[in-house]
Amino acid sequence: MPLSAIDLAKQFYDKNPGITPGHRLCPGCAAPTIVKIALMTAIANGYEPVVALATGCLEVSTTIYPYSAWNVPYIHNAFENVSATISGVETAFKAAKKRGEIPADKKLAFFAFGGDGGTYDIGLQSLSGAVERGHKFIYIVYDNEGYMNTGNQRSGSTPTGSDTTTAPVGKKMSGKVQLKKNIVEIMAAHENVYVATVALTDTFDFMKKIEKALAFDGPSFIAAHSACVRFWRVADDQAVETSKLAVETLYWPLYEVERGVYRVTKKIKDPKPVSEYIKSQGRFSAMLKRPDAQEIIDELQQYVTARYERLLALEEATKDKPVRGPWSKKDVQTDEHAM
Amino acid sequence: MPLKQAITGAEAVAYAMKQINPDVVAAYPITPQTPVVEYFAKYVADGVVDTEMIPVESEHSAMSAVVGAAASGARAFTATASVGLALMHEVVFIAASLRLPIVMAVANRALSGPINIHCDHSDAMAERDSGWIQLWAENAQEAYDFTVMAYRIAEHKDVRLPVMVNFDGFIISHGVEVVETLDDELIKNFVGKQEKIYPLLDTSNPVTYGSIDMYDYYFEHKRQQVEAMKHVPRVFKEIAEEFAKISGRKYDLVDEYMLDDAEYVMIALGSTAGTIKHTINELRKEGKKVGLLKPWMFRPFSKAEYQRLLTGRKAVVVLDRSASFGAEAPLYQSVKSTIYEVASKPQMGSYVYGLGGRDIAPHHIRQAFEDAFSGNLIVDEERYLGLRE
Repeated sequence: MPLSAIDLAKQFYDKNPGITPGHRLCPGCAAPTIVKIALMTAIANGYEPVVALATGCLEVSTTIYPYSAWNVPYIHNAFENVSATISGVETAFKAAKKRGEIPADKKLAFFAFGGDGGTYDIGLQSLSGAVERGHKFIYIVYDNEGYMNTGNQRSGSTPTGSDTTTAPVGKKMSGKVQLKKNIVEIMAAHENVYVATVALTDTFDFMKKIEKALAFDGPSFIAAHSACVRFWRVADDQAVETSKLAVETLYWPLYEVERGVYRVTKKIKDPKPVSEYIKSQGRFSAMLKRPDAQEIIDELQQYVTARYERLLALEEATKDKPVRGPWSKKDVQTDEHAM
Repeated sequence: MPLKQAITGAEAVAYAMKQINPDVVAAYPITPQTPVVEYFAKYVADGVVDTEMIPVESEHSAMSAVVGAAASGARAFTATASVGLALMHEVVFIAASLRLPIVMAVANRALSGPINIHCDHSDAMAERDSGWIQLWAENAQEAYDFTVMAYRIAEHKDVRLPVMVNFDGFIISHGVEVVETLDDELIKNFVGKQEKIYPLLDTSNPVTYGSIDMYDYYFEHKRQQVEAMKHVPRVFKEIAEEFAKISGRKYDLVDEYMLDDAEYVMIALGSTAGTIKHTINELRKEGKKVGLLKPWMFRPFSKAEYQRLLTGRKAVVVLDRSASFGAEAPLYQSVKSTIYEVASKPQMGSYVYGLGGRDIAPHHIRQAFEDAFSGNLIVDEERYLGLRE
């Protein structure tokens, strides 16, 4: 049942959906809004969320002892192991249900949140393992494209030309020289997984994807564009606008991959040039002053255009051709036995 | 009826876990621990237990998953060895600090490098300050018994700390011995049901696990861990008492062998104690007053017990199966520091042996004892048994 705007409004005004005000994230940070949209969609669909966090901005800013911004069950273990941790939580739930300690009809939604550092880099193994094992959980990366919690260091997600403290723009170097790792494709390459990208600007698209993930018979991975107003060097009311530009320039294409079937959920007929996105953020300004700036932008533009064309081609090619259908019951880690 | 079975130590641990039937097991294969998880996986596959098993992709994830499971209120188990334990290291500390009653069996194996698959104690010793209770088995029987007792200790309301059951890699894990196992029903009743404290899955009482502590609370939380450890010796004794009633096997913080009148006392962990007992029997025939003190529990280290048992002895010889580079070997260091406070100090000697699975024979043990007999012990000198120099 897709949520209506009225359901959405009710969730926003009637409850604190999992995360409550008073946390210490920077004003204008996109991350808590991403969490809210995800959790309230789960709650509106009759699920009780259980949240696991990787170490990162969201974690340190919401649980400074003795305070907690979470009014739902919450666990943080370490930086690189949120997926393994939620594996244990989800498995304990299965065990408790099987042994009648928890009612069989109890609906819990297991969410793991990680930043791009905890997802693309240090947490990738744990994430891949948990998805391969088929735990029923939704992983959401709030992708702010760097180690922002520790003060703007380069990650595998940092885009080309961005100025970070560990890949700074200097006299010789133009900041990060590599492309951003394509985590979405990496995750889509796992079997029996639902993968999607989301942006704050496209809330209903975001919610629909969460609903799909909730209903999906297996793990889901959702990459959320998450502006860091502090280190992207944008005004603290610009997180949503930045997301909007990311979508409109195709820097952040909105699409989903369900068991190998691609669907571009927002088609952009006349994309804006990527340079608009680049020029809107101070993190690129040092690079833009370099003589090779245009070259870097042109390369990025080529990449973004080619990637989108490839996505459209994949959508066409994979239509009605899932890698495999929904798992037959005997394949799934059922309640009867787990190995 | 107790059942006598000829099984390996690994099977003994797995068998105990079968009888306990935990909620969640997450494990990753590593020599020489692998047979523990293999036996257990077969129990799961055959439906002998209804445990949910998570075949994780690394030991780091094994420990992370059991932390998630135990926080959720599940009785959780894992097993590892050597570099597997080292890979878990970060989360081993987190498990203890979250006060999660996890049980982990460790088939002790040398740490890399160089890579080596055989027994020594460097893996567990690297975790000795992690906040875990460490039990040390001499043989498969003790490995079975400690596994049975472990959850009772870990889950005790005055403790709430994870327990590591150490049993020597290959020597115990792969050696076939006669193990007396108890009836399933007896074990089930002995272990009982866990009292769940702040389970994560209780959505009507949501809790936050693993929040960030600054300088204003971290210290107090660490102090609470120190306090919890202080309760362990008492709780261990209580549970050992109960276990003796159903098994006839009596455990304590340390095992005493021919200790009463012993003038020369050897101290060692794990399977080597068996070889020492054999050598003591021979030396006793020669009229030597020798005895063994074998720690069953290494963490917490019960100073009072050692002080009571070691004061007034002529000499104490400590055998360590791991080195502490640039400092004294860990068991020796612990014992020596307790001796500081005894009224009548024995002579002391430190012997490191068996690294990377190097064999330890009765003549090595005799050699260390003979150093003690001849007064040839130097308190600050580390010596090596069975080493080519």
